[in-house]
Amino acid sequence: MSLLAGLGGGGAGTAAAPKTQARSGHHWWLVGPGLVYLVLFFVLPVGVMLVTSLYVRQTGAEVGDYTPALHWQNYGVALESFWRQLVRSLGFAGVATLVALAIGYPMAYAIAVRARHRKLLQGLLLVLVIAPFFTSFILRTIAWKQILADDAPVVHLLKAVHVLPPDGRLTATSFVVVCGLVYNFLPFMVLPIYANLERLDPRMLEAGADLYASPFTTFRKVTFPLSMPGVVSGTLLVFIPASGDYVNSSLLGNPDTVMIGQVVDQRFTKLLDYPTAASLSAILMVIILALVITYVRRSGTEELL
Amino acid sequence: MRQRPIPEPVLRDLAERAAAAGLSRRSFLGLLGAAGGAAALAACGKGSTTADIRWGNWPLYLDVDDAGNTHPTLDRFVDTSGLSVDYMEDVEDCDDFFAKVRGRLAKGRDIGYDVVTLTDWMAERWVRQGYTQKMDRAAMPNTKNLMKSLASADYDKDRSHTVPWQAGLSGIAWRWDKVPGGLKDFNDLWDPKYKGHVEVLTEFTSTLALALWANGVDPSSEWGDDEFSTALEDIAKQRRSGQIRSLKGNSIMEDMVTGDAWVTVAYSGDIFQKNQEEKKNPKDPDLLGFAVPESGGVIWADHFMVPKASTALENVQKLIDFYYDPVVAAEVAAYVNYITPVVGAREAMEKVAPELVDDPLIFPDEEILAKCPLVRGFSADEYVDYTDRFLAELTST
Repeated sequence: MSLLAGLGGGGAGTAAAPKTQARSGHHWWLVGPGLVYLVLFFVLPVGVMLVTSLYVRQTGAEVGDYTPALHWQNYGVALESFWRQLVRSLGFAGVATLVALAIGYPMAYAIAVRARHRKLLQGLLLVLVIAPFFTSFILRTIAWKQILADDAPVVHLLKAVHVLPPDGRLTATSFVVVCGLVYNFLPFMVLPIYANLERLDPRMLEAGADLYASPFTTFRKVTFPLSMPGVVSGTLLVFIPASGDYVNSSLLGNPDTVMIGQVVDQRFTKLLDYPTAASLSAILMVIILALVITYVRRSGTEELL
Repeated sequence: MRQRPIPEPVLRDLAERAAAAGLSRRSFLGLLGAAGGAAALAACGKGSTTADIRWGNWPLYLDVDDAGNTHPTLDRFVDTSGLSVDYMEDVEDCDDFFAKVRGRLAKGRDIGYDVVTLTDWMAERWVRQGYTQKMDRAAMPNTKNLMKSLASADYDKDRSHTVPWQAGLSGIAWRWDKVPGGLKDFNDLWDPKYKGHVEVLTEFTSTLALALWANGVDPSSEWGDDEFSTALEDIAKQRRSGQIRSLKGNSIMEDMVTGDAWVTVAYSGDIFQKNQEEKKNPKDPDLLGFAVPESGGVIWADHFMVPKASTALENVQKLIDFYYDPVVAAEVAAYVNYITPVVGAREAMEKVAPELVDDPLIFPDEEILAKCPLVRGFSADEYVDYTDRFLAELTST
């Protein structure tokens, strides 16, 4: 919800709700459905997950049968066995977020500021940003897999110009997994930044110029700081799902690129190892929460949370 | 064993949940359209239809007519027996299916199916847990046609709880254009020529069984931890060196088509189907080749099982008996292209689809079958331990 406020332009105007309304009690009717939804579909499942993460399998028990327990060791075992995949996921997600920012910010700037007075072009560009959502994420990633396959033209071309060594490949590499993450989550970076820059007052830039700031300095001192809420929303919207993603790595990667989401999926579905899957999920949640809080504090946009 | 990917996981998940509530996929979609999600939710937990037999099977695992609307053999069964059958293509994955029904199964309640067809290791789990009913083989005289290599399993010596529906072989496969001479043995996969283009199945009962054979260990024998560890290390070594590009499930077939994978561990039926799919003209040469390694391969099967709470045991026995008629079995085999467990189907195929009679992927000869036993059974502890180590060692580095 707070992220949506960021989408709407930094949440500056939303903080001052009239006091009379707050006292009337109507707000419970407004918040109620959302609260019920959150409790049913978020709080309860997380509770179940935490309880499950402490279950233990008795010797001789059927596959997938666990006994309720307080087996904290599950967390230790999970971390010890899968810390590599955890670190790798955060690393991939971090790189993907930075790349998405580097690509997405100029895109958002071009659409929001440069195309401001050409509404048709602006609309068209926005549609192009959103267009990938019209087809399934999975189908698009499968398409990537085929486009980047060893026998497909892209690889042949890259080999011909010696970007790839003769026995090189694109699929089943970390590089392509990160590219897939960037591609699939890029719109989540562009849209919040766009929403933010769209409201950028050109008079601010004129003021910067009047004060003898170079365009670059104006950007650094005026535009970028003003767009921070959008940047923070965008980076969070990319980083959080990317670190838990398992589709890109499953389809485009190989065992050397396994991310934590894949491990959870595999433990859960192949081995019916619910406790390990649950404890890994809990660990990932805590890590992301800690990272996000630190990040938001550092970037000085607490009002987002 | 055959996991056909449905691209949209959310939809698939919804459909599976609906299936858990006893709705067929078609009625699930109808429900969504007609009454919206609320109706679908309200239907949760209800039993299935009132058909005489409710059969849960894999998609594309029964003959359909040219229009793709009806199942000719099943319609004939309905006509001759007078029994109604609700045929539901609800099994996308053994583990998913099990997760869906296990709550009711364990409590001895009706799971919405009178007969399901699941793969060996899952069938073993059901029998071990007493989730299945004992069938009367004498009431199914045609089951005398059951092929020898599947006639008995560690978990069901006389096949009274599990009767094979379709079977397949796990062996080695290659792309003819990359490997013109074909492969002979399991260790041929480790030829440096194929470095980075080898893919093997994530299912340990296939890949590991072939590695066991390569070490001279019969996977159907009582091998233990030492043999397992040696075979696992053999594969892990190739994985670490980069010889093995990846371990995958069914998507191995896609990788063979795109050219990422040249040589693989694969299922016979998948190779046959891919070859058919990739041919623009029926006379085109096959894209892929398949062989049982000289050291040995394995056979696997999906089995009819009657869940404990079903009241339709006798009806199901009639159904199984019907499908063990060689002519019927040949008709099914001509469509699904796996190995039929029914002896005599090959002769019957002369009339049904003569071009398939000599296809070794559908009718492997005795010599090949003799090299392909069922993998031995596992206790729950062994299954967990072996799967855990296989996945940890090979699929997450």
